[in-house]
Amino acid sequence: MTGQPLLEADGLHKAFGPTKALDGASIAIRAGEIVAIMGPSGSGKSTLLHCLAGIVRPDSGHVRYQGAEISAMTDGERSALRRTQFGFVFQFGQLVPELTCLENIALPLRMEGVRRREAEARAAEWLDRLHLADVGRKRPGEVSGGQGQRVAVARALVTRPQAVFADEPTGALDSLNGERVMRLLTEAARETGAAVVLVTHEARVAGYSDREIVVRDGRTRDIAREMEEAL
Amino acid sequence: MSIGHTFLGLLESGPRHGYDLKKTFDDRFGHARPLHYGQVYATLSRLLKDGLVELDGVEPGEGPERKRYAVTSAGVSDVELWLASAEKPEPYLQNTLYTKVILALLTGRSAADLLDVQRAEHLRLMRELTRRKAGGDLADNLICDHALFHLDADLRWLELTAARLDDLRRQVRA
Amino acid sequence: MSDRRGRASASRDVLLGMRFAFAGGRDGWTRTVLTAVGVGIGVALLLLAAAVPGALQARQERTSARSDLRLGEQIPAAADTMLVGQVDTSFRQTPVHGRLLHPEGPRAPIPPGLTAVPRPGEVVVSPALKDLLDSPDGPLFAPRLDGARVTGTIRQEGLSGPGELAFYRGVDALPADEVTRLRTFGDSPSSEGLGTVLTILVVIIIVVLLLPIAVFLAAAVRFGSESRDRRMAALRLIGADRRMTRLMAAGETTAGACLGLVVGGVLFLVGRQIAPMLSLWDISVYASDVRPSIPLVAVIAVAVPALSVAVSVLALRGVAIEPLGVTRRATPPRRRLWWRLILPGTGLALLVPLVGGLPETMGGVVQYQVAAGAVLLLIGAVTVLPWVIELVVRPLRGGPVGWQLAVRRLQLDSAMSARLVNGIAVAVAGAIALQMLFAAVQKESTVQTRQDPSRAQAQIRTHDPASAGPIAVRLRATPGVTRVTETLVGGVSAEPPAGAAGQDPAFALLQVGDCAALAEYADLGSCAGGDVFIARATPVDPGAQEAIRPGATVTVTVGDGGPRWTVPGDARQVPARRDPSGVYQDVILATPGAIDARAVPRSIANTFVSLDPGDPDAMERVRNVVAQLDPVGTVATLAASETVGRFDGIRRGLYVGVVVTLLLIGASMLVGTVEQLRDRRRMLAMLVAVGTRRSALSWSVFWQTFIPVMIGLALAVVFGLGLGVALLRMVSVPVSIDWATVAISAGIGAAVVLLVTALSLPTLWRLTRPEGLRVE
Ligand SMILES: Nc1ncnc2c1ncn2[C@@H]1O[C@H](COP(=O)(O)OP(=O)(O)OP(=O)(O)O)[C@@H](O)[C@H]1O
Ligand SMILES: [Mg+2]
Repeated sequence: MTGQPLLEADGLHKAFGPTKALDGASIAIRAGEIVAIMGPSGSGKSTLLHCLAGIVRPDSGHVRYQGAEISAMTDGERSALRRTQFGFVFQFGQLVPELTCLENIALPLRMEGVRRREAEARAAEWLDRLHLADVGRKRPGEVSGGQGQRVAVARALVTRPQAVFADEPTGALDSLNGERVMRLLTEAARETGAAVVLVTHEARVAGYSDREIVVRDGRTRDIAREMEEAL
Repeated sequence: MSIGHTFLGLLESGPRHGYDLKKTFDDRFGHARPLHYGQVYATLSRLLKDGLVELDGVEPGEGPERKRYAVTSAGVSDVELWLASAEKPEPYLQNTLYTKVILALLTGRSAADLLDVQRAEHLRLMRELTRRKAGGDLADNLICDHALFHLDADLRWLELTAARLDDLRRQVRA
Repeated sequence: MSDRRGRASASRDVLLGMRFAFAGGRDGWTRTVLTAVGVGIGVALLLLAAAVPGALQARQERTSARSDLRLGEQIPAAADTMLVGQVDTSFRQTPVHGRLLHPEGPRAPIPPGLTAVPRPGEVVVSPALKDLLDSPDGPLFAPRLDGARVTGTIRQEGLSGPGELAFYRGVDALPADEVTRLRTFGDSPSSEGLGTVLTILVVIIIVVLLLPIAVFLAAAVRFGSESRDRRMAALRLIGADRRMTRLMAAGETTAGACLGLVVGGVLFLVGRQIAPMLSLWDISVYASDVRPSIPLVAVIAVAVPALSVAVSVLALRGVAIEPLGVTRRATPPRRRLWWRLILPGTGLALLVPLVGGLPETMGGVVQYQVAAGAVLLLIGAVTVLPWVIELVVRPLRGGPVGWQLAVRRLQLDSAMSARLVNGIAVAVAGAIALQMLFAAVQKESTVQTRQDPSRAQAQIRTHDPASAGPIAVRLRATPGVTRVTETLVGGVSAEPPAGAAGQDPAFALLQVGDCAALAEYADLGSCAGGDVFIARATPVDPGAQEAIRPGATVTVTVGDGGPRWTVPGDARQVPARRDPSGVYQDVILATPGAIDARAVPRSIANTFVSLDPGDPDAMERVRNVVAQLDPVGTVATLAASETVGRFDGIRRGLYVGVVVTLLLIGASMLVGTVEQLRDRRRMLAMLVAVGTRRSALSWSVFWQTFIPVMIGLALAVVFGLGLGVALLRMVSVPVSIDWATVAISAGIGAAVVLLVTALSLPTLWRLTRPEGLRVE
């Protein structure tokens, strides 16, 4: 492991009332790598992802992005970071129902101040890339779940982010659609050099990753490395 | 699957006769194919030779069925290692995985750890298959998918069982 | 199939719906309570409106029961008669009902509200007047009771309202000529109804204030409906049929509406107790007067739940037809215009024939025609609004992110915003129309006063010429009085000149007073004691000029007959001048040396008084002086426009009504917006998670309120001006548009937008915390 990781978390603790969602979790993600986060339900995977992305502030511990401490940033700075450096794909319900798919994809660009025409032109390129050319003018309510997820992938990548956070991106899809979404997501991420943090409990989905981190009771384990070291 | 490792695991709870071991093994793991006595005693004598078990006592009378075996500390570490190491992912692994899970339960070890280790191993192969799929033609794809789904099924079963057994143990302990 | 089973399952569905109303957890409760409070406010206002006619009637009944007007011949004095002197006065701006009582026998009638006729030197006062007398202002009024001792208070049945100032004073003598002799109280002819314009005003006011309440009720019933729709859709998906969902929705709404009826009843009962503390336009009411008639209460009790059920069942249409319509927000079908134009078109068709001018007296049919026309036109604003919003919003695109989010949301579902804005549209349209009518009517009635308060502020008329001198003397010594001019007023008539047979006799006023006093009526030039002037008003009446001239002999009188008097030959003819009370006519002006005042029979003394403008109590002192010296003398305040005050009150009342209505609507918009935000919290949290600025979201909330409200206001201005013009043409008043009113109404509407946006921001911020991501 050489050089500074892109994103690094260390000794994260986060409690919601009596529940300890994170209890000393650590993780390091290098630029361009795809890391799967696995573990049983309720073990703290989503919470870890939210902490890494600066959505949730951990109770203690550090999250550093390119060496900068995220938990020390103001809400505005973290929002800007998410807007410009990160992309997001959730399980469902992330598209704005009133906007067309094309407008949904263009939304992050527009929030950065890109002019509408240009933003939509760039969004249209992504539509083609994700084989979505014919859904651009439809609203999210009018497209299938798989198409919607691909729109979400396009939206996550349109700003050419450094990191994409995906929380169960195929959770609501069948195998075929799940495969397509994962394939398009990972291919596009590799092309653009984005790191992907992928929360999933499906091994076949995790198969698209470079390595996996297991979360159990709020603590992380890198089993593969432990096994290597044991040898 | 390894009968020797299973015997060692079973012996962890206390010394037993060979007959005892066969009966327990057949009850728990032998579903379709009960062990032969010959197989039992051949295995035991190999373990004895390797120093993994020792004779705990010989009851009066003749024949191998009079001997009681106990596991040695070397035997315990051998089971330990076996349980902690991943099986090479291959189709029809259930029997071994099943045995491992039950043994883990019987010997008070965490099924979750077993799962984690096995998953890491499985994932290594699955990544390989997934990569091959991306580059390959349709036939490659179909073959890889077949393998992937089977590996996935193994993991899912293991996952489910591990979760259940951990729950079960928690209940038993409580 | 089996009817019984159908009915059983129907009641089960309704009951299930009712359960939803209360058992929906915190959200369900909030929704039900919101609906109940909204419906409650609406119901309370409706009950209040229903009680107004009753309250006014109760008041009317009491005032006519004590009325002592008697037309026709004087009845002879007897053991059962009473002399009543009407000594109404004012205290500051408040009118005071005052009576002097002199029973002429043991069986004289007792005025309502009194136990016995007060004896001379005693006075019975209303509770409000008693409070006034006991207050620091008491000494300013007390002299008008001439030192009489307060021996009791007037009961409710003798007063128009709890705030009325009134007294009955016993006296030992009254000039029978100047007062009324009565055998019973309450024996006067009933007063005439409202005039045409006033009737229209009342009808329109009721429409303008009640319609938004109805709109508000409809909106209140839909509080929380988005989540309800979703639940109904879910039930549809798992197999509930249309009928079942409708029944459940009906049950749920009925529960909220019935709770609302109870809340409304309680609010009304509480409000009623507060009623006596308020007085509007000198009208105050007793709590017991505020009693809506039973049929109206019954109508409200039935109509409100019925309306609620109708509204919620109609609103379910979308859900009932396509269960997925709620979960999957597809583009709604385009609205059609034609049926939306039926209502306003019908309204217009009803009003247009009347535009030529209304008949002098309002027949029942015309009245209903006006009301129906106005109602339909105003409701038309409601039906057209969604279409207009859609029309305006459809082609919008581009703009910053906040704008885009708002516009797209409106494009997808404009009905919800339209529903919230409806009330504003109706209230503002009505207010504009009414204001136009008021402004015009007010302008008309202002023109008629020609009094000149810059020359004198009060005019005193007493029928007892003997008291005139002392009054003037006392007034001159009264603090705050700067100038007093006094004349004795009579009249002269003369036969028309020969050759003009068949013409009316010529007539001129006769004013007797000193030179300063006479100068109020004509430009005298020089004047000395013994002078006589003939003041001529232009245009000159040649007949009068001929008959009444220097040297002519005239009859000094008011009626026919009277002493003859010869106008001195050296009387100067001078141009007449409008006197401070606005009278401008031919008048003979004589100084006391030229005519013996006693030769002027049945004359009255007329006194103009100027007051120190810096002394607000001067007028009260003048009234005190007059009341003491001639109890039946009258004191009139001179003002450039006299009737204006009443319309000011109505205008102010209307503004208050409109502001209250708009606040009410603002409240329902706030509820709607907050609810919509809560509904979309996952979406909002997601947008924030991916880095959307809060300000963009805030702007989208703002635009989402602003756009429909502005469209609503524009529509309101169009409909309001249209209705206003129609009404003005109807009462034949020149059309003029009061742009200030339009601006104010629009301004209030805009203020509502800002208020709603500002108040919903905290919710937005609370909901956009990233934790919201978890909420499904
Ligand atoms: N906002 C919250 N309020 C209360 N408890 C929370 C909150 N967020 C997470 N938790 C708790 O923290 C623990 C970890 O939750 P998390 O969502 O990270 O699990 P997860 O690993 O993503 O599970 P899953 O695979 O089911 O999505 C759970 O016990 C959950 O109940
Ligand atoms: Mg999760």
